[in-house]
Amino acid sequence: MANQKNSPIESLSYEEALAELEQIVRSLENGQETLEESIAAFERGQSLVQHCAALLEKAALRIRTLSGEDTLANEETEI
Amino acid sequence: MRMAQPSLFASLRWTVSELTRYLRQLLESDLMLQDVWVQGEISNLSRPSSGHLYFTLKDAGAALRCVIWRTEAHRLRMNLQDGLAVEVHGKVSLYEAGGQYQLYADQIRPVGEGALFQEFLRLKDLLEAEGLFAPERKRPIPSLPHRIGIVTSPSGAALRDMLQTLSRRMPLVEVILAPAPVQGAEAPAALIAALADLNRLAQPDVILLARGGGSIEDLWAFNDENLVRAVAASEAPVITGVGHETDFTLVDFAADLRAPTPTAAAELATPISRADLWAGLASLKSRLGTAMQTAVAARQRQIETLSARLGFVSPERRILSYRQQLDEMERRAVHATSQRLKLEQERLRGLERRLFTLNPLAVLARGYAVVQHTDGRLIRRVAQARPGETLRVRVSDGSFGVEVKPSTEE
Repeated sequence: MANQKNSPIESLSYEEALAELEQIVRSLENGQETLEESIAAFERGQSLVQHCAALLEKAALRIRTLSGEDTLANEETEI
Repeated sequence: MRMAQPSLFASLRWTVSELTRYLRQLLESDLMLQDVWVQGEISNLSRPSSGHLYFTLKDAGAALRCVIWRTEAHRLRMNLQDGLAVEVHGKVSLYEAGGQYQLYADQIRPVGEGALFQEFLRLKDLLEAEGLFAPERKRPIPSLPHRIGIVTSPSGAALRDMLQTLSRRMPLVEVILAPAPVQGAEAPAALIAALADLNRLAQPDVILLARGGGSIEDLWAFNDENLVRAVAASEAPVITGVGHETDFTLVDFAADLRAPTPTAAAELATPISRADLWAGLASLKSRLGTAMQTAVAARQRQIETLSARLGFVSPERRILSYRQQLDEMERRAVHATSQRLKLEQERLRGLERRLFTLNPLAVLARGYAVVQHTDGRLIRRVAQARPGETLRVRVSDGSFGVEVKPSTEE
């Protein structure tokens, strides 16, 4: 979790972003940080919320078909 | 009632009703006749408005009247028609008013299904005895799968239903389709290969093994022993959705979770939907805002408290207090000084008065005069004045000169 702190939000998966968001909210609720830290955490939390919302908003089912012997076809189908 | 002795001369002992009732009781007391499967062909099917069904079951050599009461007729899973070869289950009894024995049927299935069912039961017992269906083998379905494998026919309605359901509920997932025929002789081997390919190439979090509804023959591939074993051995947990609610196949027993339909399987594969994620995100968002507000408010309170305490210990209070003392002292100083001044003035005036009373010139005002030599020496005695000498005489408002005359004795 700690090593995610600095990773760019755009590259986080929904689960990663959600997990970090949950951690931020919990630590803010505990109120152990300095004001500066909590402001930074809050801002990152807001970005995480936006990132998650964007992922949910634009999510479209990705479908791939196993074809032939050992290949995973790259064709992607929109439903 | 006893059995009567056959005798031409015996008097008539039984009424038709008595005999008929006796025969009915005879039939109904035979346990085998009360739970029987009969195979034959349907003919003379009639559906009167009462809702009961009447038909004759016949084969090359005999015919059997059959009745299905309305309540049972509603539950039939197949459409009856003349000429259909079926197996009918029910109890044999006697319709007294018509003098006809008949089969009161409660279940009907196509011919052949019975044999399939026997095979189904045999395999089920076998695999169950091996522990393949044991509850402790069942693995939990991940609540938020990333990748869902689907084994089904690429052209079936089942696939369309599942994709629509997944797309609606949880479009964040990736679907890997392993197409395979779902009926026919080649289906079991193809389904097994598809399962294996999925596990090996895609490592999905969960696999849906599904097929739309059909006859029991259509679904038979899903009772294949090797397919059942492959489902039990799958690395990823398997959810089955084969046929309709009422259809049970052996893969259902081996699966980690059995869904009544393909659509339901897709729903069970996505316990957490996008709507759930939205709700969770909204809740986190509000907690985030609240936590931040709380943190800021707590610090504001801290500042206010400290500020109040700082005010309490501030030197301003002491300064004010000193200032007050100073004012007091100043006031006292001014007061003391003015008192002193008054006193001095009083004293001065006193001295002035005393001075005035001592002023020798004051005597002059009463009419006395001072006589002096011109050089200022006072004349106190006669002897001091010589005749002809000029003296000065001082009176209250000034002085004048006089000449001394020779004295005359009084």
